[in-house]
Amino acid sequence: MGIETIRPSRRAFLAGTGLVIGLTLVGRQAGAALLQGVPQGAGGRQADLNAFVRVAPDGTVTVLSKHLEMGQGPYTGLTTIVAEELDADWSQMRVAAAPADDAVYKNLAFGLQGTGGSTSIANSYEQLRKAGATAKAMLVAAAAKEWGVAAGEITVEKGRIHHQGSGKDAGFGDFADKAAQLEAPDDVKLKDPKDFVLIGQDRHKLDTDEKTNGKAIFTLDVLADDMLIAMVAHSAHFGATVKGFDDGEARRVPGVVDVKQVPQGVAVYAENTFAALKGRAALRIEWDLSKAETRSSGQIYEDYRAVMKGDSFEAANRGDVDRALTTEGITSMDTEIVFPFLAHAPMEPLDAVLMSREDGSIDCYNGSQFPGQDKVAIADVCGVDASKVRINVQLAGGSFGRRAQFGSPYMREAAAVFKASGMKRPVKHMWTREDDIRGGFYRPIYVHSIRGAVDKDGNIAGWDHTIVGQSIMNKDDLDDTTVEGTADMPYAIPNLRVVAHQPKLGVPVLWWRSVGHTHTAFAVETFLDRLLEQGGKDAVEGRLALLKDSPRHVGVLKKVAEIANWGAPLADGRQRGVAVHKSFNTYVAEIAEVSLGDGGMPKVHKVWCAVDCGVAINPNIIHAQMEGGIGYGLGAILFDSIDLEDGGAVRQSNFNDYRSLRINEMPEVEVAIIASSEAPTGVGEPGVPPIGPAVANAWRRLTGRPVQQLPLTSGLVA
Amino acid sequence: MVNFTLNGRETTFDGDPETPLLWVIRDAERLTGTKYGCGIAQCGACTVHVNGMTARSCITPVSALEGSSVTTIEALEGPEAKAVQAAWRAIDVPQCGYCQSGQIMSAVSLLQFNPAPSDDDIDGAMVGNICRCATYKRIRQAIHDAAKTLEG
Repeated sequence: MGIETIRPSRRAFLAGTGLVIGLTLVGRQAGAALLQGVPQGAGGRQADLNAFVRVAPDGTVTVLSKHLEMGQGPYTGLTTIVAEELDADWSQMRVAAAPADDAVYKNLAFGLQGTGGSTSIANSYEQLRKAGATAKAMLVAAAAKEWGVAAGEITVEKGRIHHQGSGKDAGFGDFADKAAQLEAPDDVKLKDPKDFVLIGQDRHKLDTDEKTNGKAIFTLDVLADDMLIAMVAHSAHFGATVKGFDDGEARRVPGVVDVKQVPQGVAVYAENTFAALKGRAALRIEWDLSKAETRSSGQIYEDYRAVMKGDSFEAANRGDVDRALTTEGITSMDTEIVFPFLAHAPMEPLDAVLMSREDGSIDCYNGSQFPGQDKVAIADVCGVDASKVRINVQLAGGSFGRRAQFGSPYMREAAAVFKASGMKRPVKHMWTREDDIRGGFYRPIYVHSIRGAVDKDGNIAGWDHTIVGQSIMNKDDLDDTTVEGTADMPYAIPNLRVVAHQPKLGVPVLWWRSVGHTHTAFAVETFLDRLLEQGGKDAVEGRLALLKDSPRHVGVLKKVAEIANWGAPLADGRQRGVAVHKSFNTYVAEIAEVSLGDGGMPKVHKVWCAVDCGVAINPNIIHAQMEGGIGYGLGAILFDSIDLEDGGAVRQSNFNDYRSLRINEMPEVEVAIIASSEAPTGVGEPGVPPIGPAVANAWRRLTGRPVQQLPLTSGLVA
Repeated sequence: MVNFTLNGRETTFDGDPETPLLWVIRDAERLTGTKYGCGIAQCGACTVHVNGMTARSCITPVSALEGSSVTTIEALEGPEAKAVQAAWRAIDVPQCGYCQSGQIMSAVSLLQFNPAPSDDDIDGAMVGNICRCATYKRIRQAIHDAAKTLEG
């Protein structure tokens, strides 16, 4: 069991025993050999039963994953879905990255090949069930023909094809070639979910073994004969360009091979990574800041407050908010909540390996969320036809959205570096952590202004919500990601208005694990909590009363209250907060228990979580994603901010000043999964949105202070 | 010229003596289980064992290693290593997996010095290893599970 890989070791390669499938071994200057890396698709002799299912003569079944494995488990999940309908034995299942092909391997939710938006399982469920069932039908048909029996009399169980009457029995490998020559049936019957044997059970991840012994190959680990390491010196300012540079000292660094200007900055090429680092540090570059963004974060916050006075996009407007908020006898409440830029900071900074082949084609190795887009970007920048570019998708060391960029700006940099090198030697282009933290494509800054009121009976009378922030999708009209989670909030509030302003800013922004929900869930769930308290309502009961038309919200909220024993007396000095939020069609409720820790800083002791993601394909992975989403979101809301200083340069640079949650700050986490027969939905992101408001609500009860500026610890001194 | 032992094998490095051990391991020796994450000893992805103690290879100049013995994830062995890696597999600790070599190197070292660590001991030994996927809950559990295996 494991990821299907072809990885000749250096020793095996030198001894002539390493199989380098599909690559020509040639010398310097004429295309070079891959020494370590994972070529696209499954290696070895395979019979393609369809675009997703390949069967080898030994009976192993390889599922071609159209989705990138960056930690959220699609390799295992997609393989489980195929194995279920194929009636395979789990031990015969393998997985490999599919080639880049926006037509064959498109994400049915996006229309092009891509991983993101917690869609991998949701968009593939029916498709891969059919792929598995079709492959099974073809294997059965081939066996029926050979054995001269009716296909209907053949059964398949745990990877064995069996005919009771004749006692004939075979493995998938025995009929793979013959099955592959048959026409695929137009229609296949899928299993009744009650007959599932693999789906719904805890299952080990296919990539666990090689991620515990150092053998998993990420892009940074791809090695090629004669490979150069390249780094680009970037400006500290967004929008700056190179005015001039002096590379004299850089070129004197032993191991530095060349220095070239590229659109993104100045590239240094070296024989090894340390020489590249030293060479880059030795460059003297003069930057043209005439088109750069020079405002500080503080100035941007001020500008956003001023923008609220201008024209806005209306996202929701029901009832009569103005009247509701001015009616006599109400108690009104206002808040502003300021959200900073956030970097994704995946453990593996962005990187790519590009190499030319003798026929003029280009191989790219990278952990790509949008491989089809990356292919087009490389073709465009390097001046070759897209059909001559292969994207070999590698495991990615985290992403959280960072590796998904329309137009592939990162890949355009890597390709520009490769092109400028002359494309003769393989080039590994890598970003350092500093490039990553300062590289933009942040979760945007948002400023929320909310006004609400409670009537004399304690009911929420009205809610008026203004959001200011850049459009992630770079839209000139309303961007749903600016308002998702507010305009469609599930609460039965009779008078609701949500408006958005989307100013332009010279800082590139991007979706960050859970996109708009990173800020909207926080704003809605913290302000609602305050209004409920003002109205004398319990935080759970008050929410439930407003959620009568949303049974799945109710389900997770009741469940989390049950497992946390909400309402029970708490230890001295502890408080709890709750939040519930739907994102990516998955419903999650969380309760956090918090105290004042060392130096007055928040200490989160435990988080209870209930999730409803429809059919639970693999509870093990769902638990892991809730645990991880909670930890990822908690680190950001407690500690993280990317700040532009006066003049516009990014203040933070690395994990010393852009904090990550650490093990001593990780709360206990208890997760309950709601049993459901609804179609499965994603789990990579939905664990994130509720953690911030759950903690902030507990914090407010502890300290009396609502959280109006993130991160929560800004202004606190440890 | 620096001579040291890498995974039990005599190794000589004759490049820039300032080169951090991380890049010697990865570039010169082509052992890629040890990862780059920050370059300033903040994340622990580059953790290796030097003379039996954890070291952040990204800030350890190779010149400081004359005569030393370096072990990377590829050659990790012994009862603690077996117990830790088995515990990691049993509960599927890794998500993206990129930081896990460093996590495992730190966890094995902890158990070598302290076979029955408390939660505080685990915090102390593992606080320098960042996991952006936040697999910390399972890391903690796996270390306790490994300690139980060693005890039995």
